[in-house]
Amino acid sequence: MGAVASLSLLQTHGLTRRYGGLTAVDNVDFALPEGQVHALIGPNGAGKSTFVGMVSGRIEASEGRVEFEGRDVTGLPTHKRIRAGMAYTFQITSIYARLSLFDNVALAMGNRNRDAATEALARVGLDDRADQIAGDLSYGHQRLLEIAMGVAQAPRLLILDEPTQGLAESEIEGFNAIINALRGQTTILLIEHNMNVVMALADAITVLDQGAVLATGAPEAIRADAAVQAAYLGSG
Amino acid sequence: MSAAQKSLALHLGLIGGLFALAFILPTYHHGNFARIMVLATYAIGYNVLFGYTGLLSLGHAMFFAAGMYGMGLAMQYGGVPALPALFLGIIAATILAAVVAVLALRTIGVAFMIVTLMFAQTGFLTILYFGEWTRGDEGFVLQQKVRQIAGLDLSDPMTRYLAAWVLFSVALLATARMMHVAFGGVLVAIRENEERTRMLGYNVFAHKFAAVVISGAIAGAAGAAYGLLFGYVGATFASVQYSIFPLLWVLLGGAGTTIGPFIGALFMFYLIDYSSGLTSAYMLIAGVALVLLTLFARAGIAGEIKRRWAPWLP
Ligand SMILES: Nc1ncnc2c1ncn2[C@@H]1O[C@H](COP(=O)(O)OP(=O)(O)OP(=O)(O)O)[C@@H](O)[C@H]1O
Ligand SMILES: [Mg+2]
Repeated sequence: MGAVASLSLLQTHGLTRRYGGLTAVDNVDFALPEGQVHALIGPNGAGKSTFVGMVSGRIEASEGRVEFEGRDVTGLPTHKRIRAGMAYTFQITSIYARLSLFDNVALAMGNRNRDAATEALARVGLDDRADQIAGDLSYGHQRLLEIAMGVAQAPRLLILDEPTQGLAESEIEGFNAIINALRGQTTILLIEHNMNVVMALADAITVLDQGAVLATGAPEAIRADAAVQAAYLGSG
Repeated sequence: MSAAQKSLALHLGLIGGLFALAFILPTYHHGNFARIMVLATYAIGYNVLFGYTGLLSLGHAMFFAAGMYGMGLAMQYGGVPALPALFLGIIAATILAAVVAVLALRTIGVAFMIVTLMFAQTGFLTILYFGEWTRGDEGFVLQQKVRQIAGLDLSDPMTRYLAAWVLFSVALLATARMMHVAFGGVLVAIRENEERTRMLGYNVFAHKFAAVVISGAIAGAAGAAYGLLFGYVGATFASVQYSIFPLLWVLLGGAGTTIGPFIGALFMFYLIDYSSGLTSAYMLIAGVALVLLTLFARAGIAGEIKRRWAPWLP
């Protein structure tokens, strides 16, 4: 590591979410350096989606703070956080199923520039389908469209909640290529169950278990970590 | 022709056709069309909220009535001339819409329907409560001599028709324009997927608020014009019935299409007109027509045309 710590784009301090008696996310301190591709892994129900939900403002935090670009955004409504430079793709695909692919991407970009939309769709290989209705696409293509929308927002932080779920092997390769193309320009927080994808893409990994951070570090170190293996990798 | 050109041609064609009809229609239909154009304006306002934004209100009669009474009371008791009174009516409806929006938009779905229904019911009862001025159910008549704008007598059939035509044309072109710019696209996005829209960085509340206010203002303009053109202001126009009508017109004509509200109002008007000539159970016939439509043309008349033949239809 260099002497100067790289600047954190995103930080959370004691971030906590309770649902009744259940603590879905438990006192999470997290720092995401600018430009990093960071994978968030953990077993089902570990609190990954809830955590990124609180980062984006979609889910209200019970306790703790979120800082984005050094600014406390905990009190900001979702749309303002997104405007500040976040983009978010849902674990369960969320697109405009009755609108065209062009309309979907145009809404993400905030303008109806045909060339820019085509370029955004080309990133996921859907540029020849711009005028099709999004709901008519296959499941995998719908997920790719949502990723294209996230990228089209030109965010500083791109949050992807299990983007490869339901993608075919070839589509996963395409996805890896998209992330590699964004590497360096966009900071990426990636929730991912597919360890091949994680190992191929992540600069660093954080493991969440029962709402708490179990381990965080470089991919090789995480893979070697006994506690992580016990909690997740072994059983996964 | 591009989609934008086609839609412009459609709107100008409809407006031009209605203008020509002013000089062609026989007396009876001439009067009907004047009424239909004002009611279609009401439906256009309703469509902004229901058709494009996806918010189902069951209380739009309160905005129609706010426009009508804002105009009527100002003329009757304030001695305000017709044109400023018309604007007072629109302002009254706009303010009411803003207040209702702030309160009702805390709810969604069925709760939104019920809250708007309750507000409208409160409005209706308020009108009855102040019967001394509003004349309650009986209503009051606006004298012919005050129903004038710039020396034009609005009770004259041709003037009235053309005034209704101007109102309708402005509402149609304004909403068509609104749906063409980014703002309209966001309303549709909210209708289609509110969560996604919020997560793309759009202020969903602000857009819904604006939609309620615009919708209420257009409904109020229609209400004020209706009172002014036909010379009568009454509590019936604030009743539940008048909240249901625009919903039916828009469903029938095609929700979320620019010309749907007009087609629906026209269709329904003549359906009731003809069937009431045949039987006293005319509402039954209207009901059957609606059931058939929901079975065979779920998107409404214009909606079905758009789906099958003309996807460019705005
Ligand atoms: N709205 C809610 N109400 C109650 N409990 C919830 C709610 N949302 C999530 N939970 C619970 O919080 C815990 C964390 O859920 P979360 O969806 O964040 O997990 P996850 O790590 O994303 O899991 P997965 O890998 O299955 O997506 C789970 O036990 C879940 O059941
Ligand atoms: Mg999840």
